[in-house]
Amino acid sequence: MYGNAYIDPNEVNKTHSVLADEDPKLLAEFEARIERGEKIEPKDWMPKEYRKQLIRMIEQHGHSEIIGALPEGTWITRAPGFKRKLALMAKVQDEVGHAQLLYSAAETLGKSREAMINDLITGKSKYSNVFNYPAFTWADACIIAWLIDAGAIINQVANAKGSYGPYCRALDRICTEESFHLKYGHDNVVTLATGTPVQRKMVQEALNRWWPPIMHFFGPSDKISSHTEILMKWKVKMATNDDMRQQFLNMYVPKIWDLGLTVPDANLKKNETTGKWEYTEPDWDEFKRVINGGGPCNAERLAVRRNAEERGRWVREALKAGQTAYVVPFA
Amino acid sequence: MIESLDPRVNRAAIELDNHIEPLSPLDQWETYEVFHQKKRGDQHMHVGIVHAANPEMALVFAKEQFGRRGLSANIWVVNTKHVFASTYEDADIFETTSEKIYREAGGYKVMDKINQYKKSQKA
Ligand SMILES: [Fe+2]
Ligand SMILES: [Fe+2]
Repeated sequence: MYGNAYIDPNEVNKTHSVLADEDPKLLAEFEARIERGEKIEPKDWMPKEYRKQLIRMIEQHGHSEIIGALPEGTWITRAPGFKRKLALMAKVQDEVGHAQLLYSAAETLGKSREAMINDLITGKSKYSNVFNYPAFTWADACIIAWLIDAGAIINQVANAKGSYGPYCRALDRICTEESFHLKYGHDNVVTLATGTPVQRKMVQEALNRWWPPIMHFFGPSDKISSHTEILMKWKVKMATNDDMRQQFLNMYVPKIWDLGLTVPDANLKKNETTGKWEYTEPDWDEFKRVINGGGPCNAERLAVRRNAEERGRWVREALKAGQTAYVVPFA
Repeated sequence: MIESLDPRVNRAAIELDNHIEPLSPLDQWETYEVFHQKKRGDQHMHVGIVHAANPEMALVFAKEQFGRRGLSANIWVVNTKHVFASTYEDADIFETTSEKIYREAGGYKVMDKINQYKKSQKA
């Protein structure tokens, strides 16, 4: 998981004159390079806005991987069966590893990992909104592994073709591992959906709980934002939020229906003329409320992160001491 | 105290408003560049970086991060500050390389000459 390229909803309506003080010649060369399909590497000249938006996006993506490990990790101790426990631990380790890869990519743009962690634990940086919801049952963890990861893959496969070299390289590694997450999640959901009536009920209820966050996952419709336009021109953002949501619905709603499960949206259907899916507009006020701290788990997620940083601090300090060389006293 | 759905979180007895001092610079140590060899005989390939306090720890993290599935035979780690690199601005130093066909096998077309010679002998 969980590359979430949505623009912070608090920022959507700011109109920037982002290029006002950029050197036009350097800007033209930069844009021509991207136009030719070449990658930008860390020490290349880049517009300030490009750097800023990439840091925001990659950092947010990294935080989402770390925080996403919490709702899923909830079920490690009670996974049904040893094989599923091993698999879930492997998946959660992958997600934390993804955060490491992403933080590294963001670091190449000049923000230190300490600064990113500080911004996460103080609530300054965002992470994917879906992880502010709890995983009530094992089935919730299964729905996350299948459908949230599915959404993340759509996003990450698109971004892997972006313009920033280190981000693309990180995403290539990430996408390889995501294919295991998706299969693992699907396998678990299929087991429940083809199981006993109790299991079917459990997975249907989890799907009902997760559907609104899944629809929120790609972020608000951003076709009209001029902000998006320049990010797409610079290949920072590779698809609009709506396009990714459509792609997700097109790939996964049929698979959900295949299992005899229902989607809790009476208006959900594919318009055969336009080829587009129609759905009830997600509740964007709820989205904004949760992203700004009002969700059921925001406070817990950050408190758990702070706790981990704080309790690990003396270990990190102690390890550092090994680097200092012993010098014989003078007198 | 957090009351979580996660028994691990409950066991850790965490306060919700546990404000902490921000991490200071180098809290996450330095970075090491990681080079990974899939199997004996292959070249080591640069695969990314890890943060570590010392080379031994960098190797442990590199194994976790880049060797947890698929083939691995060997890993190198190099402190990032010890890497001396060319710059992309100087990439023009490579610009004429592809013109130097006298360095390539394809730069030598002997068959043309041989065929021409054979033809002239027959005449
Ligand atoms: Fe991930
Ligand atoms: Fe994943």
